[in-house]
Amino acid sequence: MSAYLKIDHIDKSFARGGAATHVLADVTLTIDKGEFVSIIGHSGCGKSTLLNLVAGLTRVSAGAILLEGREVNEPGPERAVVFQNHSLLPWLSVYENVNLAVSKVFAGKKSRAERHDWVMHNLDLVQMAHAKDKRPAEISGGMKQRVGIARALAMEPKILLLDEPFGALDALTRAHLQDAVMDIHARLGNTMIMITHDVDEAVLLSDGIVMMTNGPAAHIGEVLEVPIPRPRDRIALASDRSYLKCREAVLKFLYERHRFVEAAE
Amino acid sequence: MTATARKVPIEAASRPAQPGKVVPLGRAQANRIDFGRAAANLARNVIPPLVVLLVLLAVWQVSCSGVGAPLPPPSQIWTDSYDLIAYPFFDYGSQDIGLAWRVLTSLQRVAIGFGLAAVVGVALGALVGQSVWAMRGLDPIFQILRTVPPLAWLPLSLAAFQDSNPSAIFVIFITSIWPVIINTAVGVRNIPEDYRNVARVLRLNQLEFFLRIMLPAAAPYIFTGLRIGIGLSWLAIVAAEMLTGGVGIGFFIWDAWNSSRLPDIIVALAYIGLTGFVLDKLVAFLGRVIARTSA
Repeated sequence: MSAYLKIDHIDKSFARGGAATHVLADVTLTIDKGEFVSIIGHSGCGKSTLLNLVAGLTRVSAGAILLEGREVNEPGPERAVVFQNHSLLPWLSVYENVNLAVSKVFAGKKSRAERHDWVMHNLDLVQMAHAKDKRPAEISGGMKQRVGIARALAMEPKILLLDEPFGALDALTRAHLQDAVMDIHARLGNTMIMITHDVDEAVLLSDGIVMMTNGPAAHIGEVLEVPIPRPRDRIALASDRSYLKCREAVLKFLYERHRFVEAAE
Repeated sequence: MTATARKVPIEAASRPAQPGKVVPLGRAQANRIDFGRAAANLARNVIPPLVVLLVLLAVWQVSCSGVGAPLPPPSQIWTDSYDLIAYPFFDYGSQDIGLAWRVLTSLQRVAIGFGLAAVVGVALGALVGQSVWAMRGLDPIFQILRTVPPLAWLPLSLAAFQDSNPSAIFVIFITSIWPVIINTAVGVRNIPEDYRNVARVLRLNQLEFFLRIMLPAAAPYIFTGLRIGIGLSWLAIVAAEMLTGGVGIGFFIWDAWNSSRLPDIIVALAYIGLTGFVLDKLVAFLGRVIARTSA
């Protein structure tokens, strides 16, 4: 079986003025359908760049990204992004934000009533249907991120890209949302890629953890399989042997072999 | 750590010790408070300017009462131009009409000229804000043209249109378009990258992006530009009408000057000032309404 998403020997450098920065060097990764993969690394290691490349928001300098055998070279709703700071449009209500995506993606494919049902269905998935008429400024950070996830899910993407989705949230809200994402992943079986810098979050949610070396010219240092059966429960896992082993492996990678050097430039 | 919880039967704790009594707040009472506050507010905003106005009128009256004073005092304006002040809507034929009609004629020109400037200005501003090359090419030209005084356009415009009415409208258009363009461009340039990324992931086309993202995101800037623009166009129409003639508040002033009716001119000035004030507040109000629905 060929891989669902194939990141094939990609390079990325940014040219600014005369100087070029080599961000990613020879990154190769394959992800199967339904897999949940986390990308972890210190800040500045190019993990967000990698996600933007998969999203098509930036172009690769060399190599190729293939989704179901087709090359990715522009953004599109089949690779929906949950942005780090939710990126809801402040002049639209929660409902309208999701509806903007739904009416664009399903124009001509669903009737008006079907589109309405689909918006509400996705708001229900993230338990935000009650706030459908609120504006983003009127709801909390965690709620905004839920709506961001609903908007991305509503595009019925082949792959869901989460760019540090819980980075700006407090620990309790974050745990709630992690559970919500796990639940959605279990129910819908989406393929998901998540950027994170939280070791526990990575181990709890992922089937595989991609660990990036430090930049410049970052590459994949190691890929860790997380053999914990699903559904996972965060309390039971706290003392689970394989959970602790995975956690230790990631910590060792990040803090022993690839310690973050502030003045890397 | 151990702690002994103070155990209270839940039911007992949640039931109030004494059934609360609902004290209805009289409707009249609530209304009176609101009304009083509104009246105080109004007084705070209205009384000081009224006092200042009265003082100014008194000074004017005293200083212009002597024989051979260059300007008529307020009392003489009141008696000489009573028709104009008391009956803004009279209509006795082509040039003998009330000031309100003249203001409305001028406003009609402003509506056309400024309306065009708003549409074209927002479109051009969007282009300049969106494209680096359009900005490099157009921005220096805009910066030079916007400093040209309104009336300097009039001769060219008369030559081009061969008629006074479209020329006046063109002068309004060309005067008020620059702040709209420049502010819209700034607003568009300030659209957060995240909103653009959302649009790209959704594959919004140019028109959808313009309507769904660009206009609402740049609305506060656009309205700043519109507000400056409407002020400028009201300045320009009075000046332009003085030269082009026809019906209109500007021409009325010129006509009154030529027939030495100074009191009429002063009444017309008051009309112009009040109308400009209302126009400015109207656009500001629209901007606030839009901002409330868009933020």
